[in-house]
Amino acid sequence: MATGLLRRGAISTAKISSLTSKFIPSRLQATAAAVAEAKPVEQPTDPSKPQHLKTFQIYRWNPDNPTKPELKNYDVDLNKCGPMVLDALIKIKNEIDPTLTFRRSCREGICGSCAMNIDGCNGLACLTKIDKSGPPSMINPLPHMFVIKDLVVDMTNFYNQYKSIEPWLKRKNPPPVKGKEILQTKKDRAKLDGMYECILCACCSTSCPSYWWNPESYLGPAALLQANRWIMDSRDEYTKERLDAVNDEYKLYRCHTILNCARACPKGLNPGKQIQNIKKLERS
Amino acid sequence: MGPSTGGRARLSGMQKQVLSLYRGFLRAARSKPPEDRRQIESFVSAEFRRNSKQVDRKNFIYIEYLLRRGKKQLEQLNSPDTVGLSSMNVTFSENPKN
Repeated sequence: MATGLLRRGAISTAKISSLTSKFIPSRLQATAAAVAEAKPVEQPTDPSKPQHLKTFQIYRWNPDNPTKPELKNYDVDLNKCGPMVLDALIKIKNEIDPTLTFRRSCREGICGSCAMNIDGCNGLACLTKIDKSGPPSMINPLPHMFVIKDLVVDMTNFYNQYKSIEPWLKRKNPPPVKGKEILQTKKDRAKLDGMYECILCACCSTSCPSYWWNPESYLGPAALLQANRWIMDSRDEYTKERLDAVNDEYKLYRCHTILNCARACPKGLNPGKQIQNIKKLERS
Repeated sequence: MGPSTGGRARLSGMQKQVLSLYRGFLRAARSKPPEDRRQIESFVSAEFRRNSKQVDRKNFIYIEYLLRRGKKQLEQLNSPDTVGLSSMNVTFSENPKN
């Protein structure tokens, strides 16, 4: 099947930007070779240990074979698998079904790639423990996001919203000492705690009912938390402009303090509280 | 998409979206040099015609997916450093072990 590729003018062919149905999933999905390197942490295998089978129901949908999405069952022996859901997913991809597609990278909760809905709660697969007993685990893509393939969702809108809050230091004056950093007191630095840790995994935004209904116009907890991070930064001199930019009935005030965001955040942050801080500053 | 009944067929919302995407591509092609433009137009029209025949018109999930993908491709095509489209064949081996 012929598929389309964009040809760029000044850029060499090595940098061709791919955008085909065949190409996008293959770039997003872990290649078989890469997965083989990322072996799941195997617990010491005791041959006398009995099998402890656990069923995972995983959402499957492949654009190349466009049928209805389905939940597929996979049985994994927990005694031969690491403790986290990501270990089970990698094991399934390595040993049972290599077509299973998901994003993963650091396997320690710092990259935010493996955000998905596990047993009805948004979280990072690498930080979520497998429920050893209990009913089969259900793994779905992030809710209310467009699926590209299996557990991979389209994050374009989410990233564009992050871009729209201009997440970089903006200054009106040159730094106090030319060519040097702009210094900050310890107290000012402490104001950024609880915000700089955000890894933009989208667990919070996609758990927010307000965001579900207005994904285009409401910025969502993740982008607003980042907005507050720059508003509160003592080195940034565009605080007022930033506050004006988000002061909008939809962008900011669709937050109704439902606080699903705080419950979902795998890093233990509280985006709802930071949004309250923006609202407070808007009033003063 | 859909059989046209000689005259003006009433189009569904999704059919309108497909046609407007197609128009968007033709418009984007106009901003490129003539040779690339012809190539883009033939590629785009072949892609749309192929999908119009292959895709089940009730398979809304897939059509919506194709629309989103097409919009993204159009966005990239609209950027001035993109001079054209080219195609390649990708085949995946069925062998799971490697």
